[in-house]
Amino acid sequence: MSYQNKDNMRLAKKIGEWIDRDKVIKFSFEGEDYTGYEGDTITSALWANGVKVLGRSFKYHRARGVLSLANHDVNILVTDGVDTNIRADVVTLQSGMTLKVVNTEGGVVNDKKKIIDSISALLPVGFYYKAFHSPAVLFPFWEKFIRKAAGLGVVNFNYPRITQRKLNAYCDVLVIGAGPSGLSAALMAASNGLEVILVDENQQLGGSLVYDRAGGNAAKEMLDELSVKMAETPNIKVYTGSYAAGYYADHMVPIVTAKGITKVRAKTVIAATGAFEQPPVFRHNDLPGVMLGSAAQRLIYRYGVKPFNTCVVVTANAHGYRVALDLLNAGCTVVALVDMRAEADRDQYVGELARKGVKIYSSYCVYEALPSKSKLGVRGVTICPFDEKNGTSNTANSITLDCDGIAMSAGWAPAAALLYQSGMGVRFDNDIQQFVPNSLPNGIFAAGKVNGVYNIKQRGLDGMRAAAAALQYLGKSVETINVDHHQGASPSHFYPIVMHPKGKNFVDFDEDIAVKDFINAAQEGFDNIELMKRFTTVGMGPSQGKHSNMNAIRILAKIRNLPVEKIGTTTARPFFHPTPFGHLGGRSFHAHRLTTIHMWHKAANAVFVDVGAWSRPAYYQKSGLSRIETLQQEAIAVRQSVGIIDGGTLGKIEVCGPDAGLFLERFYTGKYIDQKVGTTRYALMLDESGVIVDDGIASRLAEQLFYLTVSTSNAAAVYREMQRWLQIWQLNVGLVNVTGAYGLINIAGPKSRDVLAKLVDIELSEANFPIGSALETQILGFSARIIRVGFVANLAYEIHMPSAQALNAWKALMQSGVKEGIRPFGTDTQRLLRLELGHHMPGYDTDGLTIPYEVGAEHALAMDKPFFVGQRSLQIIAKKPRNKILVSFVLPLDYSSEMPQDCNLVIDDGVIKGRVTSVSYSPAAKCVIGLAYVHPTQNQLGATFEIRTDNGSLAKATIVKTPFFNAE
Amino acid sequence: MKLLNCPMNGLRPLGEFIYGGEYREMPNPNNSSDLEWASYVHYRDNAPGVKKEWWFHSPSGTWFIAERNTLSDEVLNTYLFGKAPFPKNENLSDGKLGDEKNTELSA
Repeated sequence: MSYQNKDNMRLAKKIGEWIDRDKVIKFSFEGEDYTGYEGDTITSALWANGVKVLGRSFKYHRARGVLSLANHDVNILVTDGVDTNIRADVVTLQSGMTLKVVNTEGGVVNDKKKIIDSISALLPVGFYYKAFHSPAVLFPFWEKFIRKAAGLGVVNFNYPRITQRKLNAYCDVLVIGAGPSGLSAALMAASNGLEVILVDENQQLGGSLVYDRAGGNAAKEMLDELSVKMAETPNIKVYTGSYAAGYYADHMVPIVTAKGITKVRAKTVIAATGAFEQPPVFRHNDLPGVMLGSAAQRLIYRYGVKPFNTCVVVTANAHGYRVALDLLNAGCTVVALVDMRAEADRDQYVGELARKGVKIYSSYCVYEALPSKSKLGVRGVTICPFDEKNGTSNTANSITLDCDGIAMSAGWAPAAALLYQSGMGVRFDNDIQQFVPNSLPNGIFAAGKVNGVYNIKQRGLDGMRAAAAALQYLGKSVETINVDHHQGASPSHFYPIVMHPKGKNFVDFDEDIAVKDFINAAQEGFDNIELMKRFTTVGMGPSQGKHSNMNAIRILAKIRNLPVEKIGTTTARPFFHPTPFGHLGGRSFHAHRLTTIHMWHKAANAVFVDVGAWSRPAYYQKSGLSRIETLQQEAIAVRQSVGIIDGGTLGKIEVCGPDAGLFLERFYTGKYIDQKVGTTRYALMLDESGVIVDDGIASRLAEQLFYLTVSTSNAAAVYREMQRWLQIWQLNVGLVNVTGAYGLINIAGPKSRDVLAKLVDIELSEANFPIGSALETQILGFSARIIRVGFVANLAYEIHMPSAQALNAWKALMQSGVKEGIRPFGTDTQRLLRLELGHHMPGYDTDGLTIPYEVGAEHALAMDKPFFVGQRSLQIIAKKPRNKILVSFVLPLDYSSEMPQDCNLVIDDGVIKGRVTSVSYSPAAKCVIGLAYVHPTQNQLGATFEIRTDNGSLAKATIVKTPFFNAE
Repeated sequence: MKLLNCPMNGLRPLGEFIYGGEYREMPNPNNSSDLEWASYVHYRDNAPGVKKEWWFHSPSGTWFIAERNTLSDEVLNTYLFGKAPFPKNENLSDGKLGDEKNTELSA
């Protein structure tokens, strides 16, 4: 710990600073106690305390300090024990924080892994790809080390689940970025009566007006003026400390605040997102004490912290001169200003700096920063004459200057992630050496630095220009505003890269990628920007290339001897900034539909299963009995006496009107026009390719009223298809989905007639109410539709009643059946019962390719009808040979080996011929029964085939007729 | 999330809609060849461009046709099946266009 020098770097109060010096905050960092002020970030508070080694780099574990103070200091990740990877440069200091640096072994100052830095020459890019893959047998050994070295921070598996509410907001104009352009745009849009939302990731408004002052007051005065207007304008809703996380279709932009996500739906979006300052590349440009000029300015004016005591400014634009003036204003000694350019339009500041005694070296570069003995800071800098055209430095004439820090200003990269996501087309503007919007989607506008406008007065005007364009887009008549193209020297240098034979001239600080790594990658053939990105991992670290992509593109352009615009850019995906899962996660709310009899089932120990949107009893648990035993008891009750099942989940659709019969004839495979009132018919639904979708029962309750049942999980989809075909056919039909309106009870078994008869006034005898009958009557004084069905037993009735009455009817039937030993059964038992009768179930015994000919459903196909959905396809399919058919099989009565399961394969001489779709032991048949697909040549009554069970043994099955048992 | 203009309910978020596949004109099942029918059922060219698509507004149960440029994901028009707006230069004197059931086919 001894190195951290603990100088007090806090300055006297600065006008407009963001800290409240009356509120002292205590915290600890790496085991030592410090104080900061309310409004500090973690980094600014540490720097004020003279703490400069704030983190270690990812790969080489090099000491790192402040780089940007703008959300790309990703080597400075700290943990408070709960949250890992807290970005110290932007996260606000909280009282009592106990912080440690991630990615160190033994603390940030004495990190044992710094040894890796000294062997970095052995670890070129692509090293992992190449070194550990052969011999393959050793990879598991290496993997342990690689996994330990990879990643940052330690996941806290006890992290509390924090759910945040999602809010929605709507506006006419969403302005992203509250610098001079964004503020001007918001004010102009609001003054024309539009509802505006203004969002900025920083804690306060103003953007660079807060800190880029060139030692003067003009920027602050402009900000004050804009702030007064903002306060007077009610129709701008401001989100500070919040970031626009991404752009989604039709102008949806999620804004992430500390309290969760607000989804903003805007009519237009103005991106005034500014630009990220880019570091020049020279040896040791990563030492603590080497920082971007804008970072130094942020320390001074936002937090009242002195960046250095004695420093050198290296620049390639006018901004470096402004930074030098700000440093002088903060009491730093500026030893020299090193300008990499040969010719530069810098009249504005050069005299002022000279007057203040700053020596200016033109056409010079920083050749290398000189590390202090501990390698934890800067002790000086070597500068030398620089030929910017060729990028060569004249080391023979180098000069060494003593300093404890370097401020760097070489250029900018547009913060254009959201614009790229919206579909912006870009062009490269050589006058400013920057990618600028060339084409923007409808309703999207860009303003300020991201639009290539750097002059301070023009930036405000550019905001107003964008606002005027947005107003016009929304149909308001306002005058078009024109903004002059950039005048004078470029704000970005075309190639701020200084070569050094010993390297360590870093391009990407996230991943410790130096210039030679790019050259190596290109030599290996990865000389396309997307390939180079993946091979070197440039821009793939947590800052997502905010400070590295532009230099990487320049280096690649130089290697390939192409103009920068031919290299292209990569698109940053959402999110703009890592967003906690708690903000993204939903409420884990899973809706279930329950029938009105649900609570009765629950009280009767039902075991529930999800069927589509519904929760249904699978069976009713009896203590001491296994699931299988319970199912078989329930099944025996139905076979011998009477059982009852809640079928309220079944889809129920009323089809009414003069064309109802015609509609059903087109929609289903059967005939319905001539169906008699009071009868039911099977309804098989195909899709247009002839594949089975669903089946059910059509009951004709009146001349113009059919009542359809469809299977539970298909109900919504079948109803939807009915609606679609009805719109196409334009028939005179009304459709009503009454699934939830009607309860359904199925009472089945030889005694079911006796039990039901006690509750109804109608004659249920075989002669009067045979299978295929349906009528409307009353039960307990309420209307009921009774349908004679045969799905689970030869004698069974469906009772359809208004949902609210279903429970009463259920209880009445249970009461009525006491003597007969009535027993409730669930869906698992139902599947066994229908299997015993040999009925196949769509979706269970069929799949997405099954046609009616494969399940023996020819009887349901009225091919002589003029049309039904799937008919034409069946005509084609009928001409082709079948390759599978569903058959009923039994296993030998004494079968006791491995039980076959659904989906076990049918094997013939080692070749797959089909599969089992349903299989179960049947107490009624007293053997194992099932349905299986076999090859048509195997389909003969009495023929045998083999099923391969889970343990590999073959079970010999015999094809039989259904039903499987003597049903009398 | 994208917005879609339901012809009955106006602009609604995409989450309320279900995609129903590309709209294809059904050939006459009585006189089309097997090949024509099979290509109607199975063949989609998947070429980017303006497609007619079925969309379903789930809360209100409304099927409609959307003309969407699958390259730009721009929805150019939505209307109920059979209610296609007449193309501007259409010769309205053709009696068949008066029949609602035919207007969609002519669009």
